[in-house]
Amino acid sequence: MNVHEYQAKGLLRDFGIEVPPGRMVTTPGEAEEIAADIGGAVVVKAQIHAGGRSKGGGIRLARTPEEARHVAEDIIGMQLVTPQTGPEGKRVQRIYVEGASEIDDELYLALLVDRATQNVAILASTEGGVEIEEVAAKTPKKILTVQIDPLVGICDYQARNLGLDLGLAPAQVNKFIGLVRNLYRLFMEKDCSLAEINPLILSGDNVIPLDCKLNFDDNALRRNPDVAQLRDPDEEDEREREAAEHDLSWVSLSGNIGCMVNGAGLAMATMDIIKQVGGEPANFLDVGGTADAERVGHAFRLILADPNVKGIFVNIFGGIVLCDLVAEGIVEAAKTLGVAVPVVVRLDGTNAEKGREILASSGLDITPASGMRDGAEKILAAVRQ
Amino acid sequence: MSILVDGNTRVLVQGMGRAGQQHTNLSLEYGTNVVGGVTPGRGGQELCGLPVYDCCRDAVRETGANASAIFVPPGGAADAILEAVDAGIELICAITEGVPVHDMLRVRAAMRDSDARLIGPNCPGLLDPVHKVRIGIAPYPIFRPGSVGVVSRSGTLTYEGVNQLTELGIGQTTCIGIGGDPIPGLSFVDVLELFQADPETRAVVMIGEIGGSAEEEAAEFVQSQMNKPVVCFVAGVTAPPGKRMGHAGAIISGGRGSADDKKKALEKAGIPVAESPALIGETLKQAAPGVS
Repeated sequence: MNVHEYQAKGLLRDFGIEVPPGRMVTTPGEAEEIAADIGGAVVVKAQIHAGGRSKGGGIRLARTPEEARHVAEDIIGMQLVTPQTGPEGKRVQRIYVEGASEIDDELYLALLVDRATQNVAILASTEGGVEIEEVAAKTPKKILTVQIDPLVGICDYQARNLGLDLGLAPAQVNKFIGLVRNLYRLFMEKDCSLAEINPLILSGDNVIPLDCKLNFDDNALRRNPDVAQLRDPDEEDEREREAAEHDLSWVSLSGNIGCMVNGAGLAMATMDIIKQVGGEPANFLDVGGTADAERVGHAFRLILADPNVKGIFVNIFGGIVLCDLVAEGIVEAAKTLGVAVPVVVRLDGTNAEKGREILASSGLDITPASGMRDGAEKILAAVRQ
Repeated sequence: MSILVDGNTRVLVQGMGRAGQQHTNLSLEYGTNVVGGVTPGRGGQELCGLPVYDCCRDAVRETGANASAIFVPPGGAADAILEAVDAGIELICAITEGVPVHDMLRVRAAMRDSDARLIGPNCPGLLDPVHKVRIGIAPYPIFRPGSVGVVSRSGTLTYEGVNQLTELGIGQTTCIGIGGDPIPGLSFVDVLELFQADPETRAVVMIGEIGGSAEEEAAEFVQSQMNKPVVCFVAGVTAPPGKRMGHAGAIISGGRGSADDKKKALEKAGIPVAESPALIGETLKQAAPGVS
């Protein structure tokens, strides 16, 4: 789960990390007030879940409270397009008004779960303020890495060595050690998968986070209810959110073949094979390990809510999932929802025979498929008719 | 021969809830030597015709169990794994989906000096059709004994691959789902190493997917350490980027992670990659003619 910059900075403050003064507001009037409270120049920053905001005009400097009001008028309500939002952009509803900082230099700092070493890793670079992917591609030697054993935790010497490698002055090194320790504490206590500060600026003796991106492990939200509360439904795809409420894993895509599959790997492979035979999937959908009639019903409702969908391909390989229960779910959903598009169903694995019989004797117009390629070809032929 | 299990494998089921019992019954039906269950608070009861214990320590002492399947809910799964390790269980299959990533970081760090092997979490477990050992949730009717090893990050895609092999008349030694979580127990390389050392395994099917760098590491291993045919499929060529992993996660492993990158790494190592998920069995048949 992602959160906004203003929420991430709130957490940094909670964990004793100094950030510039600032507040989230939703109106130009409030922006002016806050700018006056802060005093001096401020930066007005659009709050959306995407990077590269300054490139689209979503981050602007204002020298006076009045200017802050004008800038806020421009940004609030704008459709902000950045390299990460896609061409349609994202509508800005909230802005963060923050005191402007003197910048001597910009660094990069991140904590993340390192899959390769199964440790927590710190990444840092003197090349801050640009996309770290760019640095990795052009000058990989400028990315420094420190491995932290999760049973030991971060040691001061590790942070000190890193600060020295980044070329910090002695006073800055001490501030940097404190910051890294606190960031590590936040990372562990709140089950982060990524805590990225970019840029981390040097300003006199201070090291200050200017932007911060926090990413939390969805599996751990149950034990971090304060983090779960930071979820912004406006930032999520409506159907992804609805799917999550029913414990279905969903990603919206732009094609016209709706997919219902059990298992994430098979669901991805189903999208792959649909593309391969020349079709376009409308969604990724993993109905999970307990696909019963109720879940299948929810899945069908979600798929059919997409007006682009011209056909549905159900691809089930029963392991923990029982094919006969899925078949009953399909029959029930098709009857109650009045499915008007062609449906192709491939059933294999546990109780597949029984499932196929249920579909065949249902009197519904459901096309059986033997194997996933056959299914993909049949649904493509059906949507092309 | 098979890897990790044999005729002496004695399986314990941790978490005898609905799913735990359902799959205990299926494993018993298949012929697996399941010897007991563990659910705190239900010690002394009998479920699926087996004794239930309050803790792994008692269960191991009474039954001599040397393998376990974990069906404990996500919040208690890490604890269950470490309990099994502490009780001396050699092979632990964590089926549970949704285990917090930081829990797994601690589990893996705590297991660094242990001889116990962990498969999963978020996986279908292991199935050995030669010795009829089923630890986990795989649908056993699709398997047949033979000489191909299967290792996969996805549950249902494992079944897909196994089913294609069986339909082509190609049997399996051991099939292992290593799970789709970011911090798993055994990796592709760990399992490939075991398959390479197993004289009965004559070829290997590896099924990967986007994210992380396990496939790239496997490619290097196959090229430098293996002389058995290995074929691969990678799911997620059409997956939209940025939906599953944070950018910096890919950075640390050198910008790897997309299906195309993985395919390139595998092909560069001389590993045939199935163009379609429907051609997994066919690709193995061509790369290892005569293997059954």
